[in-house]
Amino acid sequence: MKSGYIGAAVNRVDGYLKVRGEAKYAAEYQAEQLCYGVVVSSSIAKGKIKTLDASKALALDGVLQVFSHENRTSLPWFDRSYKDEDQPPGSPFRPFYSNEIQFNMQPIALVVAESFELARYAATLIDVEYKAVDFNADFLNSQEKAYEAKKGKSGWKPPKSRGNASKALKHADVLVEATYFHPAEHHNPLELHASTVVVEADDTFTVYDKTQGVFNSQQYLMNIFGLSKAEVHVKAPYIGGAFGSGLRPQYQLFMAFMAAKALKRSVRVVLTRQQMFSFGHRPMTTQQLSLAASSKGKLVGIKHEAIAETSQFEEYTENVVNWSGMLYDCPDVDLSYKLLKLDTYTPLDMRAPGGATGVYAFEAAIDELACKAGVDPLQFRLLNYAEQEQNEKLPFSSKELKACYAIAADKFGWARRNPIPGQLREGDNLLGVGMATGVWEAQQQQVMAKAKLSPDGQLVVSCGTADIGTGTYTVMSQIAAETLGLPIEDVSFLLGDSDLPMAPLQGGSWTASSVGPAVLSVCEGLKEKLLKEAAGLPHSGFKGAKVEEVLFKDGMLCLKGDPSVQLSIAALMKQRNLAILEHQTASMPDPKQSQYGKYTHSAVFVEVKVDAELGNVQVSRVVVAVAAGRILNPKTARSQVLGGVVWGISMALEEESVMDKQYGRFINHDLAEYHVAVNADVHDIEVIFVEEEDDVINPLGVKGLGEIGIVGVPAAISNAIYNATGKRLRALPFTLDKLLE
Amino acid sequence: MNRITYSKATDVRDAIQEHSKTDKAQYIAGGTNLLDLMKVNVMRPAHLVDINKIGFDFIEQEADGGLRLGASVTNADTAYHQHVQQHYPLLAEAMLSAASAQLRNMATNGGNIMQRTRCYYFYDTSTACNKREPGSGCSAINGYNRMHAILGTSADCIAVHPSDMAVALRALDAVVCVEGPSGKREIPMEAFHRLPEDKPDQDNTLAADEVITSIKLPPSKYAKHYSYLKLRDRPSYAFALVSVAAALNLDEQQHVLEASIALGGVAHKPWRMPEAEALLIGKPATAANFRMAADMLLSTAQGYGHNNFKIELARRAIVRALEQAVNKQATL
Repeated sequence: MKSGYIGAAVNRVDGYLKVRGEAKYAAEYQAEQLCYGVVVSSSIAKGKIKTLDASKALALDGVLQVFSHENRTSLPWFDRSYKDEDQPPGSPFRPFYSNEIQFNMQPIALVVAESFELARYAATLIDVEYKAVDFNADFLNSQEKAYEAKKGKSGWKPPKSRGNASKALKHADVLVEATYFHPAEHHNPLELHASTVVVEADDTFTVYDKTQGVFNSQQYLMNIFGLSKAEVHVKAPYIGGAFGSGLRPQYQLFMAFMAAKALKRSVRVVLTRQQMFSFGHRPMTTQQLSLAASSKGKLVGIKHEAIAETSQFEEYTENVVNWSGMLYDCPDVDLSYKLLKLDTYTPLDMRAPGGATGVYAFEAAIDELACKAGVDPLQFRLLNYAEQEQNEKLPFSSKELKACYAIAADKFGWARRNPIPGQLREGDNLLGVGMATGVWEAQQQQVMAKAKLSPDGQLVVSCGTADIGTGTYTVMSQIAAETLGLPIEDVSFLLGDSDLPMAPLQGGSWTASSVGPAVLSVCEGLKEKLLKEAAGLPHSGFKGAKVEEVLFKDGMLCLKGDPSVQLSIAALMKQRNLAILEHQTASMPDPKQSQYGKYTHSAVFVEVKVDAELGNVQVSRVVVAVAAGRILNPKTARSQVLGGVVWGISMALEEESVMDKQYGRFINHDLAEYHVAVNADVHDIEVIFVEEEDDVINPLGVKGLGEIGIVGVPAAISNAIYNATGKRLRALPFTLDKLLE
Repeated sequence: MNRITYSKATDVRDAIQEHSKTDKAQYIAGGTNLLDLMKVNVMRPAHLVDINKIGFDFIEQEADGGLRLGASVTNADTAYHQHVQQHYPLLAEAMLSAASAQLRNMATNGGNIMQRTRCYYFYDTSTACNKREPGSGCSAINGYNRMHAILGTSADCIAVHPSDMAVALRALDAVVCVEGPSGKREIPMEAFHRLPEDKPDQDNTLAADEVITSIKLPPSKYAKHYSYLKLRDRPSYAFALVSVAAALNLDEQQHVLEASIALGGVAHKPWRMPEAEALLIGKPATAANFRMAADMLLSTAQGYGHNNFKIELARRAIVRALEQAVNKQATL
């Protein structure tokens, strides 16, 4: 019954729309009498607004209004009204709520005018007087203020220690103690955050928002502005990258909506690139690691303590240290995760939140330990391989990490590695190789999906999920086409619309593994319905047939046991007089999943070239093998992992949002000075998918690939730099100054 | 609205006249830096005078064997010009290390040396900056100064000039030809950019309403042994932390006959020190001698914290660039 779509390298179904510029993004929707809002940002980090004088702006012909705390519309009192699906514990930031400044670049006014140019100019005329007070944005010099995180946001697990790590460390043959630093990083998707709020003729609102969850934005607006579902319709059919920045409703949504509601005019607000540095970011984190092994390379003790920044008003938490407890077989583990409150905005999930940070430090420390013990780092990992998930002592639903190691090591030529650092020279460069393990959770969420079949054989499947560039449109079309035996050209998948069936935020690598099963299930339901209709037709020959006995192929139903019994969907629907055949289902995780450890794994091998005198690092070669269950589409899957690896290179060598301590402000706030990898950074990258069967994880056996690509890459690069130079760099990013000694 | 008037000058006199009508006028050519600065409210001209079509879109040989680069020729057309590539390869190399292909297609020669600093604080109107707003203070001295100057700084400003082209022009002893209300004059590269002193708002010595018309290169001396070494945080589309334009003339015994070393990314202007170059004359072209010259060049260098590394980096880069210059032919 395979028509061969699942697992095939199908081109992106939205590819043509995107390359022709026909896929519309939030800031591209037009409306009658659209007006434009420009945000004014605070220039101090903490204090109060004494006066905000908008008179010069308001005096301009064409300026409609300047919104601020002084003239905002009535807003709810309680924190719960501002909550969202990705909110950490605390009091969410409320734009315009009062004259209090909680962080630098806080939005303090919205200038709305008839044209964007006018609004932008008028925004420069707002005179603000502040009463500034002392603030703290100095993460490294206030480490002593860190406290143990007690509660966290959804998905955060308080780290669990086991055994007696201190004792194990004390008596070990080989001991490594090191501190690692991870700077703040910003998501910087190419598409700026934007919302276009259209006021419809019936006074309802259609909101085009850059979001990873239309329901999240919808609920947020309903709660704050006291509206019903029917009054707020949120759409986000295309997203120009998000990487986590669209997990929480950002302030441009609030502002555009408040302005549209107050002015009864459609409003668009687009942030500037500089303002993209004014909200969530990957938090600065310091990590202290102590690892101990026997002389033969058996891991005997792990101590991992992390301190991460958060804001004064919310406690953002991520799983940084937990990976160190689960990855390897080790009896004595001591984990701790602390927070440090700064006068900045709350951090926000960024691709592989916690994993990209924690696994980096842990896998770099493992390399230090292996090298100190004189054991090949790959051998070391095999010696300590966990056959069981170590934090919860659960069996893995599947774990083909050994195959990842073997296949990637072979492709890479790991056997030729020189264990003595600094030995390989090529002209001015020192060559080195390094490897690391990558890991991420494989999760399934509850999702609803709907399918509609027309008599002409056109199938429309819908679910209010998102496609942030990951390939959701494509893989869901593949699953639907294969399940119902239809050509993929006859299948449309709709997403990014709050009128569609409920889905959670797109994040956590769970979209393929959660929406996929819902699409499968709704299409299977439709099959049942088709068969029931066919059985109801006199003399059709389908009476009494079970769904497993029927082949759905090329728009036909056909009895497997007697191929002469067949019927086209079109004929069936015509004969049964059906204008449409519709089905809706919810799919949810099987309770048995809780008895397993469910993870995606990878093995990353890297070659670097480091200029011996001048210190610049080039990542000349990467081989990564990934075990992520069933691969729905090797083409979009490869793109996901490639993107993750490139970001890993970027994170290792370039990315850093620099906090200026005089101002409490991220100072390199544009793409000229916040460096992300460019083409010239990227050399050979080979992505290998290792076969992995998993019948626990979900009915499709798919684990998700959103995060795994980045995890492990920075560690592998740091380990390769050591192999090339003999130097251990422990503060990201590895810029040339750090290699000058 | 922040209204800007715009006029397209037809010749150089027209341009100067248009420019002199208001003291808030700016010449615009490629606009690759000016438009950015206008968007972030750092530069707020009231009138733009377009000088793309005032007759300086040529590259021509001079009677003395030198080359004249029209001010409105793009960086791409200049860097890929056959005569430039053959006789001034150091300049071509420097220009091609800069920006991105798209920017080089827009940016002009005159505009390139008129680029303003990339100091974060200069670009952010919420912070103090003496270059942007004289008297407001310098945020970089006690702030994040990783990209800042180590030579020729003042208590008012530690910004660096970002151009790569200017560094090569300085090494090649180019001359900037300008025209203003009171006629034409020539400014040697050495005197074109200035040190910040107590007037960091002034990047260069152009007088009011003056416009760059061309850049004159003296007859080629360094087509054989040259190197432009640019060290930066990303292999493309990043400004230099330190760059070195190195040019040598060697005799058959590999002794230095002439030397020119200009540094970028270290000062408010491309940095040269004749005494350091003189040190090499008559000496063998060896790493040890290069190190001596480098030490002298950097003898007054001073770091401000985050940029301390630039001193050692520049030292090593000078030696490497000179070594590359010696061996250039072998690598061609």
